[in-house]
Amino acid sequence: MEFGDILLAVAIMLGKSLLMLVALLIFIAYALYADRKVWAAVQLRRGPNVVGPWGLLQSFADLLKFVLKEPVIPAPANKGMFLLAPLVMCTLSLAAWAVIPLNAGWAIADINVGILYIFAISSLGVYGVIMGGWASNSKYPFLGALRSAAQMVSYEVSIGFVIVTVLMCAGTLNLSAIVESQNTRLGILGWYWLPLFPMFVVFFISAMAETNRPPFDLPEAESELVAGYMVEYSSTPYLLFMLGEYVAIMTMCALGTILFLGGWLSPIPFAPFTWVPGVIWFVLKASFLFILIAMVKALVPRYRYDQLMRLGWKVFLPLSLAMVVIVAAVLMATGNAPGVR
Amino acid sequence: MTVTAAFFYLFATITVASGFMVIASRNPVQSVLFLILAFVNAAGLFLLMGAEFLAMILVIVYVGAVAVLFLFVVMMLDVDFAALRQGFLQYLPIGGLIGLILLLELILVVGTYTIDPGLVRSPAVPIPAADVMTNTEAIGQVLYTRYFYFFQAAGLILLVAMIGAIVLTLRERVGVRRQDITKQNARTQETAVEVRKVPFRQGI
Repeated sequence: MEFGDILLAVAIMLGKSLLMLVALLIFIAYALYADRKVWAAVQLRRGPNVVGPWGLLQSFADLLKFVLKEPVIPAPANKGMFLLAPLVMCTLSLAAWAVIPLNAGWAIADINVGILYIFAISSLGVYGVIMGGWASNSKYPFLGALRSAAQMVSYEVSIGFVIVTVLMCAGTLNLSAIVESQNTRLGILGWYWLPLFPMFVVFFISAMAETNRPPFDLPEAESELVAGYMVEYSSTPYLLFMLGEYVAIMTMCALGTILFLGGWLSPIPFAPFTWVPGVIWFVLKASFLFILIAMVKALVPRYRYDQLMRLGWKVFLPLSLAMVVIVAAVLMATGNAPGVR
Repeated sequence: MTVTAAFFYLFATITVASGFMVIASRNPVQSVLFLILAFVNAAGLFLLMGAEFLAMILVIVYVGAVAVLFLFVVMMLDVDFAALRQGFLQYLPIGGLIGLILLLELILVVGTYTIDPGLVRSPAVPIPAADVMTNTEAIGQVLYTRYFYFFQAAGLILLVAMIGAIVLTLRERVGVRRQDITKQNARTQETAVEVRKVPFRQGI
């Protein structure tokens, strides 16, 4: 390969990544706004409504405020790691979007092991929390970090089994191929949420636990740990933590869309609906999952820590393990298992 | 190919350097973080060789789970560095001896390493080209057929280790009030609430 070709390939890749990043961040800004509006509506409040028409520019005002504030680094903190932690959190959660296909062939990197990549990246998200909690050198952040470590490792197990059941039905690790395998004449009834409904529920709840989302936000439980691992953070480092968290939630919504809701496919598989670009369906489905998660935040009180652990290890793990066996048995018995020769 | 070579040297250098820093850094938490860096770069090396499945599994299992638990334990420990360094010279001969034996074994293994000639001449399963079969599929084809017993044995060993760890730490303490979820869910209004008519000035 010529040097010029390499340079061109790198430039195209950079351009694609930048486009994806900007689109994602703007979408996250409005997801944050939607989150607050949903929360407010459930509590019969108005929510953000001052900055811009209907408060639409609230997230951008918040961004400016965070960036312009003074970052405070506590004296006993381990400075390097204290500043590295939010960067790790934010970078890792953004990195997952490299493989997510928004439409047929729209993934920046359409790799063979896409689902494993997302699973690996989302399991690394815990390092931002642990490093931040430890480097702060203070009691509450440390407790938050320890809780987070145990919680994320526990729920990864059930998410892993959920992914395995979907993989057995799809017969591939490639995200685009998983979506294509749901492309049947049945439309919305052919997607995996219907045959694998228990796993969809397990995935939805585990996704909230994995991203420290209420009702499982024990690492930052403000009533007991003030704000957990984020206590000592202010200004831009805090912004990066919060951004990383929301991007991780969006990643989980996108993953749920791909695994269970047929990605970019139209729910009704004939003419006027199939003319709509796939990316619109994808965004609509991911937003639907996000609104559900926002509703859960408003409706459900926070779990106690032992209840959280019980749910992960004693309810979800046996349930998802049993489903793996059942799905495998059904696929083999009906002769529908893909890739078996 | 030059790009691949450049990435190989980058990953290899960082892997070796962070491996050295694991034993050299003063702070055990930093040691574990360097260990994680070494794992991630080793995964990068796997990727360069085209073993994407192994690379991802390395990250998921070692970085995502094992190293988190390492970090968890190391952060909880209150390590006294002065006490750690006290017996250094005293244990140096034994440590050096073990290190030497390991080094010799490694040299023996790596130095005499060859691919089984029988495997090359008449492979039991024909080796497909890389673009015909992904390496996830290729691993699956042999892992659950040819190496099934090894796979089962590895699983059993892990199961025994897990049961052992649970048995060692499980203790029934008396006098601890536990939450029984099934009992709670089985409660109804009749079993939970008792309504009584209280006669005036008599109480119950």
